[in-house]
Amino acid sequence: MNATSPTQALLLATILFTIGMLGVLARRNLLLMLMSIEIMLNAAALAFIAAGARWHAAQGQVMFLMILSLAAAEAAVGLAIILRLHAAGRPTLDADTGNRLKG
Amino acid sequence: MSDLPFILFSLVAAWAAIMVVTRDIAVHALLYLVVVLLSLAGVFFALGAPFAAMLEIIIYAGAVMVLFVFVVMMLNLGQTDRDRERHWMAPGVWIGPTLLSGLLLIALCLTLRAMPPTTGSDTLAPIGPQTVGILLYGPYVLSVELASFLLLAGLVSAFHIGRDTRATGVNSGTATGDV
Amino acid sequence: MDALLLPLIVACPLLAAGLLFMSAGRMPPLPTCVIGAGSVGLSALMAAMLATGFLRTPPPAGALHATLWSWMQVEGFNTRIAFTLDPLSLVMMLVVTGVGFLIQLYAYGYMHDDPGIARFFGCMTLFVAAMLVLVFSSDLLSLYIGWEGVGICSYLLIGFWHTDTANVAAARKAFIVTRIGDAALLCGLLLLATRAGTLDIPALLHIAATRPADLSAETAAFLLLGGAVAKSAQVPLQTWLPDAMAGPTPVSALIHAATMVTAGVYLIARLHPLFASVPAAMTAVTIIGLVTLLLAAGSALVQTDIKRILAYSTMSQIGYMFLALGAGAWQAAIFHLVTHAFFKALLFMAAGAIILRVHHRQDIYQMGGLARAMPGVFVAFLAGAAALAGLPLLTAGFYSKEMILQGAWHAAPLLWAGALLGAFATAIYIFRCLFIVFFGTRHTEPHGRTGATMAMPLACLAVLALTGGWMEMPDAIAPVHLLSHLLSPLFGAPMPEGPTWLLWAGSLVPLAGVGVAWLLWRPRIQTRAPPEDALARLARAGWDFDTLYDVLIIHPFVTLGRLNQTDICDRLSNATAATARAGGRMLGRMQSGQVRRYAGWIAAGTVVALCLGARP
Repeated sequence: MNATSPTQALLLATILFTIGMLGVLARRNLLLMLMSIEIMLNAAALAFIAAGARWHAAQGQVMFLMILSLAAAEAAVGLAIILRLHAAGRPTLDADTGNRLKG
Repeated sequence: MSDLPFILFSLVAAWAAIMVVTRDIAVHALLYLVVVLLSLAGVFFALGAPFAAMLEIIIYAGAVMVLFVFVVMMLNLGQTDRDRERHWMAPGVWIGPTLLSGLLLIALCLTLRAMPPTTGSDTLAPIGPQTVGILLYGPYVLSVELASFLLLAGLVSAFHIGRDTRATGVNSGTATGDV
Repeated sequence: MDALLLPLIVACPLLAAGLLFMSAGRMPPLPTCVIGAGSVGLSALMAAMLATGFLRTPPPAGALHATLWSWMQVEGFNTRIAFTLDPLSLVMMLVVTGVGFLIQLYAYGYMHDDPGIARFFGCMTLFVAAMLVLVFSSDLLSLYIGWEGVGICSYLLIGFWHTDTANVAAARKAFIVTRIGDAALLCGLLLLATRAGTLDIPALLHIAATRPADLSAETAAFLLLGGAVAKSAQVPLQTWLPDAMAGPTPVSALIHAATMVTAGVYLIARLHPLFASVPAAMTAVTIIGLVTLLLAAGSALVQTDIKRILAYSTMSQIGYMFLALGAGAWQAAIFHLVTHAFFKALLFMAAGAIILRVHHRQDIYQMGGLARAMPGVFVAFLAGAAALAGLPLLTAGFYSKEMILQGAWHAAPLLWAGALLGAFATAIYIFRCLFIVFFGTRHTEPHGRTGATMAMPLACLAVLALTGGWMEMPDAIAPVHLLSHLLSPLFGAPMPEGPTWLLWAGSLVPLAGVGVAWLLWRPRIQTRAPPEDALARLARAGWDFDTLYDVLIIHPFVTLGRLNQTDICDRLSNATAATARAGGRMLGRMQSGQVRRYAGWIAAGTVVALCLGARP
């Protein structure tokens, strides 16, 4: 595993991030958007880990932990909102209908 | 080729991620997401971060995904939802986001290429949980506190949002369509 | 004691004005008049006391000073509110308070049944106070306060009967035209203040006398002259005075004949070393005086309104004073100022008495034959007319005009000839007016009587108009030189007198004028219609200066204003506002409220930022 390059890991992070963003942009279902955001968060976490490996520092994993807790909180709140929307009469979870902030 | 696991895991992760964003059934997407997380855990392991890999599996693929599963179960999705997803994912919808994402990918790759090349010679020795733990409770104890606060806030807001107003009588009349 | 009296003379009418304005018209006419006329009378009394004290024991420096307070004190500039009583301001003070008191008394008889009498007396007393400030000031800045004060009082009183739009228009015209001069005066003051570093009159005059005149001194002299020209209704800013007759007659007598319009003369006399050091300004003063004197006399010859005749006559007589100033005959100018105040106030008040008796008609061709109906007024008017015409030996006007003619002769014989021509015309137009009004067939039956409060001032002024000139006589008649001696510390020795035939010419020309007037308008062959040829019409309209200014200034200005009706200059700011609004609307369209759209913008922004960051 000594030949594993952090640059390659960063490339993977980039690809994952882009795929996640594609999901956020293309999907209309809030649940699927939330999943795409999870992918993006993981891509960011991967970037930290790769950077930590590059400089052989444990700080990358510390930041990974931060992202982990962030993702957990985000998932909790986001899923609560989804449940609430569903209960309040929007079973389709269409992100495009929630546009009351229209300027 | 000692980085074969890394490449394998990487390919699996990328493929599974693509599957996640293109599924029309939420449970399928969720399962692919678990695959993504598991393969990412493998990648972490290959990068010499076993602690992070374990946490990824336990917390992410375990706890967080269970949350998602519960929610999917509660949404009680069926055939109509699947048809609607199909309808929403007409090919025309994908053009713009793909273009934008492709652009971002190209830009990021160009940035990566511009980075100074790594030496590549030094080995990626694993960084164990001990080192991370000492660091967490040493100089980064404040960030641990912040993380705990963040989780607490998430907990409280999840409780608040998810509260059943019809049961308590608050906003009983206007609860529908008000969120 | 004397220095204390000086501010009191000003404070007395000022207080009365405040009291009258604050009474808001709730005071009955009699107390109003008592306060108004009484305060000016009190000032006149104090002025007389001060004058006797001054003449008996002249103060050591030749002038009394009373510094009230320091107005502003900054680096390199220092202004005090200070009053000075020197021979010149002594003479002016006596004229303003004395004639002012008589006119106030007369005004009660004239105005006592007017509902706005409190306002009238308030303005009149305020005017007297402002005029006294103007006269007493030893600093040009406080003089300017008085200058503007008399201007605003003039405006208020011309438009006193403000329900008639013509009166308001006349008031506005007077205000605006004099404002042009006031602006010039202010510019002159600022120039003097920046160049000389002070506006203290003695200091300024010291500088003017010791330092050769440079460009700034010349410019300042001309700017001050502009102010004087507008205030004294001289060509080319004379157009407001005939229209100012829209005010009540006592106002015309006090402000537009006796005092305010002579402020320009006073200003030039006060600053005479400054003007004397700029020959071009002196020439300008002379020419302005001569031109005004002849043009106004020509206009007065064909007027039909009795007050307008007197207004043009006033312009003409002030033209004499300017002529004297330009010729360097300072004493003559001040002497004529004094006698003119007497006889012109008398003429206006007599005219007012006539107007009251003939149902407020002012057209002389509608009067006629009034000598028998109102003999007292006739005698008063005759005295005033004789003084104005300068009938020899008996009248005050003769001596003062003679002195001006002498001064003009010394400056240039051509000026003398012009002034003599003016004297000839003066005699013709005032006796034309007299013959038409008082002789011939009667066209309007007079009613009522001229009250005692009106008759008394008329009598006083008639006596003054006849005898007031005896304080200064040519040597050929009697060696009396009271005024010249009084003023000599200020103006230096008077000019030597010319040959005696000048005196003869000056005596005979007015008589000839009266003779011509008798031939043309004597009762039997009196023509009952004013001349109607083109020249007469032109002269009656004041040589059409109004039309000229309309074409040259007002029409272009109005056209410009009409062009700018849509606010061209506002277009720029309006366009800015419209652009901002359109931009805001466009940006607002971006706020679609859709999360995915926002995410797309964020992604696009990220791409752009990365491209920008990766460029080098």
